[in-house]
Amino acid sequence: MADFKLIGQSFAPQDLVAKITGRAKYAEDFRAEGMLFTKLLSSPMPHCRVRSIDYSAALELEGVVAVLTPDEVPQEEHPFEPALTNEPVYEGEPILAVAAVDEVTAANAIELIRVDYEPLPFVLNPLDSLRPGGPDANTGGNVYNGREITTLKWDQSVFDGVGPDQMPIGPGTEEDQWEYGDLEAGFANADLVIEETLYCQSVSHHPMEPRTSMAYWQNGKLYMHGSAQSTAQARRAIADRVGVELDDVFFIAEYCGGGFGSKIRGSVLEVIPALLSRKAGRPVMMRITRAEETMMGRARPGMLGHARLGMRRDGRITALDLFLVQDNGPYSRQGDSSTSGDVSALGYTPEAMRASTVSVLTNTPPRAAQRGPGGVQIVSMLAPVVSRAARQLGVDPLQVHLVNAPNHETEFGRGPYPITSAYVTEALTQCGELFNWSERRQRSGQRNGSKVRGVGMALSPYYGGTSGWDGLVVIRPDGKLYIHQGVGNLGTHSVVDTAKAAAEALDFPWENTEVVWGHSSRHLPHSSSQSGSQTTHAHTRANWVVGEFAKTLLQELAALELGGSSSAYQVSGGRVFGPGGSLTFAQAAERAIARGGKFDGHELPEDINDMTRTSATALAGQGLVAAAKDNLPHTARTYSFVVSMIELDLDLETGMHEILNVTSVADCGTVLNPRSLIAQGNGGVIQGIGIAQSFKWAIDPTWGVHLSKRIEATKPPTMLDIPTELIFAAVDLPDPQNPVGSKGIGEPPVGAGAGALVCAIEDAMGGQHPSHQPLTPDKILSIVENDCLPCGRLETHV
Amino acid sequence: MEKLDLRSRVERSVSRRTFIKGVVATGATVSAGAYVLRSSGASTASAQGAVERLVTLRVNGQDRRVDVMKQETLAMTLRYKLGLTGTKIGCDRADCGACTVLVDGVPKYSCSLLTHQVRGAEVTTIEGLANGDELHPVQQAVVDEAGFQCAFCAPGFIMAMVGTIQESPSLTRDEMAHALSGNLCRCADYPKILNSAMRAAEYMRSTTA
Repeated sequence: MADFKLIGQSFAPQDLVAKITGRAKYAEDFRAEGMLFTKLLSSPMPHCRVRSIDYSAALELEGVVAVLTPDEVPQEEHPFEPALTNEPVYEGEPILAVAAVDEVTAANAIELIRVDYEPLPFVLNPLDSLRPGGPDANTGGNVYNGREITTLKWDQSVFDGVGPDQMPIGPGTEEDQWEYGDLEAGFANADLVIEETLYCQSVSHHPMEPRTSMAYWQNGKLYMHGSAQSTAQARRAIADRVGVELDDVFFIAEYCGGGFGSKIRGSVLEVIPALLSRKAGRPVMMRITRAEETMMGRARPGMLGHARLGMRRDGRITALDLFLVQDNGPYSRQGDSSTSGDVSALGYTPEAMRASTVSVLTNTPPRAAQRGPGGVQIVSMLAPVVSRAARQLGVDPLQVHLVNAPNHETEFGRGPYPITSAYVTEALTQCGELFNWSERRQRSGQRNGSKVRGVGMALSPYYGGTSGWDGLVVIRPDGKLYIHQGVGNLGTHSVVDTAKAAAEALDFPWENTEVVWGHSSRHLPHSSSQSGSQTTHAHTRANWVVGEFAKTLLQELAALELGGSSSAYQVSGGRVFGPGGSLTFAQAAERAIARGGKFDGHELPEDINDMTRTSATALAGQGLVAAAKDNLPHTARTYSFVVSMIELDLDLETGMHEILNVTSVADCGTVLNPRSLIAQGNGGVIQGIGIAQSFKWAIDPTWGVHLSKRIEATKPPTMLDIPTELIFAAVDLPDPQNPVGSKGIGEPPVGAGAGALVCAIEDAMGGQHPSHQPLTPDKILSIVENDCLPCGRLETHV
Repeated sequence: MEKLDLRSRVERSVSRRTFIKGVVATGATVSAGAYVLRSSGASTASAQGAVERLVTLRVNGQDRRVDVMKQETLAMTLRYKLGLTGTKIGCDRADCGACTVLVDGVPKYSCSLLTHQVRGAEVTTIEGLANGDELHPVQQAVVDEAGFQCAFCAPGFIMAMVGTIQESPSLTRDEMAHALSGNLCRCADYPKILNSAMRAAEYMRSTTA
């Protein structure tokens, strides 16, 4: 691997000063002359039909300018979500929107609207919908089979004889079942077969910034200020949802106040201010309250399930039979349960495995991918089962992970799928050394008054990057390199860090580089969204490729201008030089403009995306313009891995725990920016710890209304819930299918933190744990006192 | 079975209000979520609660004359009347700390203070820290540690740091965590935020020494 000058160095991103001086403008910080404000009329119950609605009094209120009804927004075919609806399928779903001169007026107008609702049957727990005669969340059915919604009811015999804490196992949907190997032989060869009921709760994303947006129209073109994890992808989604051409949408989203998957392509709700603004003929801002954010702002799908696992005396997992029922929420199909099977197949490489899943619609807030979708749920549910099997066989959990660890040659799961790289043994070993696993493990179970020591670990694999996106750079006559990025600015620093690959390929000094992002009128290329840990891999590739292409253009240009063969010219330090002399980048940009054609963007490669072509064409003639598609080989799946180890004291009198040490090591290929990696890694681990220890929903089972509409009520981790210092490191070994060796890192730390915390608590409890997350003190104490749990093991949203 | 009975009762006659009453009767809370806020322009004196009164506020060292409703929060006044959008609203309910400003040097949630309460007080927001392009030592410390990710929580955290360090310049890391625990970061960048705060205290000590 080449010696890099930029890759592997810690940089503070260029936008940091704006963020900490209050100058950075997030969506709600924009104002437009005559701007109206929006309030929503939303469903007070989890499933109903609007029989009639009378908003005439609202329209008469002074200051009310427009009302938007479901008839005026595109009504998507189910399962796609309309922005406004006459048949709400979750409490808080928007029915109607009012635009008024201020929010007080808009709120008063909402109170004047008279609605006649017809309540419809609703369901909160997926198992209730699978019972014979159980309610369906949607009038069209209750489960997904592939992309289709159908009706699935299990026979009563599935439920007969199953205890209240046992998972009933009925048929999954056909498309969601797979297996490999000889499962029964695997169980027969095991020295221990262990079974467990599984439960992982649904949790809101709750980014700090609610999904506010502001829209206005000029000359038939839509200007939208939003909050999204991608500029390029969100713009396309808005054009589709509003029903206008892509070129007629300007999307401005320089800063995104957190998304975690909830703002991948922006928000369904952006349609509302866009259409209200067109109707009212004035700019419209829609601010979302935190309570609304809880309902409309997306959430991770919870899961119920059952695992049967066979382990040999040496720790090798011989068989895994996994059954999962996913709480899909009311709308589009979530991939979490499917991913859960892949993640367990890769993380534990069982000799034989079967996965069967069913994704059930419920009348609870809509779901979306949340950081580590599927991975977090399965790692936090399965890691304690593996840990318990290890305990019963007297094998060290670290040894179990080493015995089952995937490597570069591993082909896993239903494919079987080859992978690009897996330095898992290295990560496990490094983490064991940093954490001092063998010494800390000795303290497992030690009593100190009412406290017991627990030590646990988990391995979390996650998909680490896509490919095939475009790069776009311009070298202007000012001598600077402009790297255009269509990904969002989510705060991961990857919008800047992946740009370094282009500068690295051109051996160009970073201080003369400008990263261009966040505003579609700045001409951005077709880029991935910042989700699924794609960006690092996808856009180091695309930027490296376009950097190399710009280098080729510079060499050809120098040969034409200065004589000699292009291959005799080198590019370094902002100059192209060779036998005929040298050109600075500033001079090269001028010569490129003079020559035109392929040098200044007037001729472009055939294979780039139309969005990139439009952007590059707009930039043509402004310098040396290079646009290129990432056509580098990508012949296997790219996965990253994080191992976390946690030591804690569990107080058996109070059920509370105190975390003493958290150490994690990642295999995410070559490290791009060490300081940002540590921040990403620790942040993810802490989010995972939060899911395992406290973060949750509560929904009233009788009325189906949400009881935890404030952040405080959902209990995300605060600074006092975790140690003041955590350790995060990386093996820092290159992935062979990325030109700078990097793989994604956003997702896998979350599952590692959640899994390690559950295992540490289980370890402190001598192998018992409630199998019902989050592991709140009441649940811990009920196990300690051998009492029944405060909730059923299969009870959801408690 | 009981569940079905309840539902049939709802079906008989349900309106938005009776439903809400029912929910409240079962012990649940309903968040009205009605923000108070006025844009410039058209007068809506007829709208309930929209009566304003002209007051003078001292913000970032300047006297600012502003029309304020009696129930208006400081966060809304700062953001929507005075154009100081650096102060963020994350929850509007004193849960998250994104709206933290200094009132007479003390960190306060501006979403939970009425603007009328701070008449006569010195209000400092994130915009009031830097002197032109020269960053406040706390901001400089954050840059040097590359603190924060999405940074929506950053203005609130930084105001809490400034208030805390001015009051207690030599806190331990644990004490600093307690002092800043009223601010949430959903990116959970807590270790790096604490690194920034500890460095900030160091810079502040050397500035005043």
